[in-house]
Order: sequence, then C-alpha cells, then structure tokens
Amino acid sequence: MTIILQILLTFSILSLVAVGGANAVLPEMHRQLVELHGWLDDVTFSQLYALAQAAPGPNILVASVMGWRIAGAGGMAAATLGMLVPAAVLAWGMAGLTQRLRGSAWLKPAQGGLVPVAIGLILAAGVTMAQASYTHGVMPLVVVAASTLLVWRTDYNPLWMLAGGGLLGAFFLT
Amino acid sequence: MPEAPPTTAIPTRAALFTGYLRIGLFGFGGVAAWARRVIVEERRWLTEREYAEVLGLGQILPGPNVGNAAVMIGRRFHGLAGALLATAGLYCAPLIILIGLCLFYDRYGQLPAVAPVMNGIAAGAAGMVIGTAFKMAGKLKLRWDALLVLLLATLAAAVLRMPLPLIVLLLAPVSIALSLRQAGLIGGAPAR
Repeated sequence: MTIILQILLTFSILSLVAVGGANAVLPEMHRQLVELHGWLDDVTFSQLYALAQAAPGPNILVASVMGWRIAGAGGMAAATLGMLVPAAVLAWGMAGLTQRLRGSAWLKPAQGGLVPVAIGLILAAGVTMAQASYTHGVMPLVVVAASTLLVWRTDYNPLWMLAGGGLLGAFFLT
Repeated sequence: MPEAPPTTAIPTRAALFTGYLRIGLFGFGGVAAWARRVIVEERRWLTEREYAEVLGLGQILPGPNVGNAAVMIGRRFHGLAGALLATAGLYCAPLIILIGLCLFYDRYGQLPAVAPVMNGIAAGAAGMVIGTAFKMAGKLKLRWDALLVLLLATLAAAVLRMPLPLIVLLLAPVSIALSLRQAGLIGGAPAR
C-alpha cells in the first residue's frame, strides 16, 4: 500500500472520530501520526499545528498541513479528502433524514435541545483561545474584551477588531 | 412584544459559494463566528433559530460543526450542487493560503515572522467567538435550564478539559430530554 493510500485511510478514520472538530481529534491525530506510524516527530507536529493556526478557515485543515509534511502535495490532498469526505457524507445523510422527518412533532424540540450544547462549546472555544492569548500578557485580554463587546452588542464588522488586534500585536507583542 | 417576522432569502448557487468563501477567508481562529455573521446577519439565509439548529446537528456529528452545517445548508437550498459549492467555498481560500505557508516552511524551515501579528489577531478572534456565543444565547432567549446546559458544556470543555465527544454524549441526551419535556412531548409536563 502506498503512503498516499495509508494517509487517506488514516485520516478517514480520524474524520469519523472527530466529534467536536479539530481540537477534539488532535490527541488521536498525534497518536496515529507520531506514535503509531512515526511519520512525524513531536516537535514537527507542534510546529505544523502552529502553522495551520496562522491560516484562516476551519481548524480541521491542520490535517492538510500534516499530509503535506508527510508526502507533499499528494499527501496534502489525501489528508484533506480523508478528513473531510467521511464527515461530509454523514452530514449529507443527516440533512436528508431531517428533511424526511420534518413533519414529526418531536424533531424541532429534539434539534432545539442540541442548541445549548453547541453554543456552550462555541463559548468554550472562545474562552480557550482567550486563555492562550493571555500567555502574551494583559494587552491581548483587553483586545478580547473589546472584541467580545463589539460582536455581542453591535453589528459592526468584526474584521476591524481582527485588524486592530493584529496591528496591536505587531507593535506590542514582539 | 411580538418580534418582527425574520425575513430570509434563498441564496443562488453562486451566492452560496461566495458566502462560504467569505466565511473561510475571514475565519481566523475558527469559523463559527463568521459563519453565523454571514448566514444570519449579512445574507439572511436562515433565521437565528434555524441556524442554531443546523449547527446543533453539526455539533453531534464528527467533523467541524461549521463544515457539517455547510453540507446541510447547501443541500437544503440546492441539493448536491449546493452541498459541494458551500463546502468548496468554505475550504478553498484557507487551503490556498495553507499551501503558501507550507511552501514557505519547506523553503526556510520556519514559520514566517508573523507570530506577534497572529497573536493579536487571535485575541480579537477569541473575543469574536465569545461575543457570538453571547449573542446567540441572547437572541434565542434560552430558558434557564438551557442556559445551565450551555454553561455546563463550557465548563466541561474550557475548564475541566473533558473530551468533546464525552461532553456531547453526556449533555446532548439531557438537553434533548429537557427540550422535549418543555414541548410537552414527554414526562407529562405542561407546555407552558
């Protein structure tokens, strides 16, 4: 079996256990890539994770970067497809299921029950990101607070906040 | 006070792609905040509640919740083409940027010196994510028991650092039961 196929298979399995997205699957990704397959060492794994964080988009694309490092462009394609396709197929099936059950009385309330969990986990992601930024001093926390208020209480475009944070970082966090 | 009926618009296929392109491109530190902003506030494809429900389903499935939501929202409006366009839009800009970063890394063996800028952006993004959670909880007018579930989920993930699948497994059934009970479908509790 070529390495590309192995990468495809490994990330397909990871895709199916990634309930909660990238951060949930990171420990298992480390176990598979570093400990089981020995494709990457510890330091490289951490560096690649940091590299993926520097790009926008869903954090799950950390898989693409790992694939690149292991086997170049082919590895990147295999890791990305492996990570995205199985989960997307499940989501497709779930969408079909909810369309078919649309008439049933319990679907809406049942779906509504998932809402607080989803929002709670979004809040947790924000808090975790804020904690990480606090390691760079108090200044980032001011940015966190300002950005929270701006997004919560107003409809201004948050891009300004991101740009402001980046500028502040360039001058004060070096 | 009766709320004004939220007006939603069905996106064209091109709009589905460009909307998700925007979400992926601006989604530093995760895309949850931008996805809600574009879908609910800017383009009004879904109401606050509809979007939260799709996201809730996306949360219990494996994979990124916003990615799963893209498939479901795409399918809802334009079937297979919609699901593919939304997904492609979401991932294409970040992938191109990542390829650029990988090439840089391969050539120079280190990350470009953008760490301080990224740290500042990350702080702004953290606040954006927190603010989005507050905004959704407020606009959806969650009841006290739903707010309790919300805070438990946050506590378990951000403070206790419990694995997310475990949190979903523990809290989702409780939360669904509470919601069904509230609707008068189980337990014989009155609907109001």
